[in-house]
Amino acid sequence: MLLIMIEMKNVYKEYSHGVMAVDGLTVNIDAGEFVYIVGASGAGKSSFIKMMYREELATKGEVLIEGKNVTDMKLKDVPFLRRDIGVIFQDFKLLPRLTAFENVAFALEVIEENPKKINKRVLEVLEMVGLKQKARFLPNQLSGGEQQRVAIARAIVNNPKIVIADEPTGNLDPETSWEIMRIFEEINTRGTTIVMATHSQEIVNKLRKRVIAMENGQIVRDEHRGEYGYEA
Amino acid sequence: MKLSTMRRHVREGTKNIVRNSWMTVASVGAVTTTLVLVGIFLALMFNLNQLAENIENEAQMKVYVERTAEDQDIQALEKQINEISDISEMEFSSKEDELEGLISDMGESGDQWELFEQFNPLNDAFNIKTYEPEQLAGVANQIEQMDNVEEVNYMKDVVDRLIAFNDIARWIGIIFIGALLLTAIFLISNTIKMTIIARQTEIGIMKLVGAKNSFIRWPFFVEGALMGVLGSIIPIAVVAGGYYYLYNQFADEIPIPFFELLPANPFIWQISGILLGIGVVIGIWGSVMSVRKFLRV
Repeated sequence: MLLIMIEMKNVYKEYSHGVMAVDGLTVNIDAGEFVYIVGASGAGKSSFIKMMYREELATKGEVLIEGKNVTDMKLKDVPFLRRDIGVIFQDFKLLPRLTAFENVAFALEVIEENPKKINKRVLEVLEMVGLKQKARFLPNQLSGGEQQRVAIARAIVNNPKIVIADEPTGNLDPETSWEIMRIFEEINTRGTTIVMATHSQEIVNKLRKRVIAMENGQIVRDEHRGEYGYEA
Repeated sequence: MKLSTMRRHVREGTKNIVRNSWMTVASVGAVTTTLVLVGIFLALMFNLNQLAENIENEAQMKVYVERTAEDQDIQALEKQINEISDISEMEFSSKEDELEGLISDMGESGDQWELFEQFNPLNDAFNIKTYEPEQLAGVANQIEQMDNVEEVNYMKDVVDRLIAFNDIARWIGIIFIGALLLTAIFLISNTIKMTIIARQTEIGIMKLVGAKNSFIRWPFFVEGALMGVLGSIIPIAVVAGGYYYLYNQFADEIPIPFFELLPANPFIWQISGILLGIGVVIGIWGSVMSVRKFLRV
């Protein structure tokens, strides 16, 4: 039997100005799955994703990560939830004053990891994303694809069980996007669950995975080895 | 907390102070101004407090017994006075004691008074203290009504006025110091808030990768405390130095009864410690206030 990694039970997310971003959503994502979340802007993808790492709180319903209810979690436990989840954004969110190495190391420093381990582990992940040679470069000396690879390295340096990516290829050209997807594939092969919101029809249709399509805050389609489904 | 972590917090806090140097100057300036004023007020208030204590300890009344009173009259009077509940201490002083006290008070010129030992013109007296100086007036009134009392003397005007003045001064001081401290906390918290806005991405990433709130907060503690320390240097120099100077120049020349300046040593050390402490507390307080909002969720 597969372990359920992410479980949403009848989840609603309503914003203060009355917009219902997520409208009665129920879904399970198993450990080790690779899932695309697709849908037009404003369909609720981001809210859906943000509730997983508790950037946003569900208005109603339960969000369970590894069986733990995130919604009524104590504030002091939230950091530990996030240590199990690596998050990657469209705009990379690197710290501009830090080098590639330091950006990745930062994620370990702030969770008070042993300094001796940090060095070794950071070099390992930088090698995995193919940036060991550029460890000393600052973000503005790197290309967009390279910056995103640093961001991925930072997200996985702590060996999270889940990697969540919000349009990680949104700012990248097609060729670079494929490099990024290859890295995601590799991370997934090692057993990490991946949830990726995307607008890229090409990626979804070529690299076939489970596809969850959203519209108006609801799931309108959920297929294994699915397709993007409509013209983007 | 691990040593390496602590080092990191101190490094980050210090870096922030340097990085936002103009903000730091503004904040430290605010603390400095505040603490100079607070320091002066505190010095005044401590001395006023001392004045109040002196009044309390030394303010007493003298009840002069009529010279015609016999021994048993005096005993009766003593018994009667003793029944007044506000009296904390009472001591009989015979006219011989009074003369002796007078002579020793006069110092060298007191010798002339020794002639009076033959014919003592003074009265027997009771020295009376009340629990609170405010009670002197009421007690004096009661005793004046009694037989064989020639006069009750307690420096009425001086004591009453000092008490009133002291009360008002104390309240003004407390309100003023409170307002100053709140202003300084507000200014610091605003400064740090601006540095936080500049660091919001960094804080966001820290939270995202699972840093604990306490970990994020620490550098701001350090920053606030450092601002407090920096802000208290000039006030300490001004207040402690100024007090030391004033004390050495004027301590013996102040013409107010019951009033004496607190000795410069240890007072200047105490007030320096207090100013430093207040600086650090308002620094930390200001930074905690500003960070709190950013750490929710």
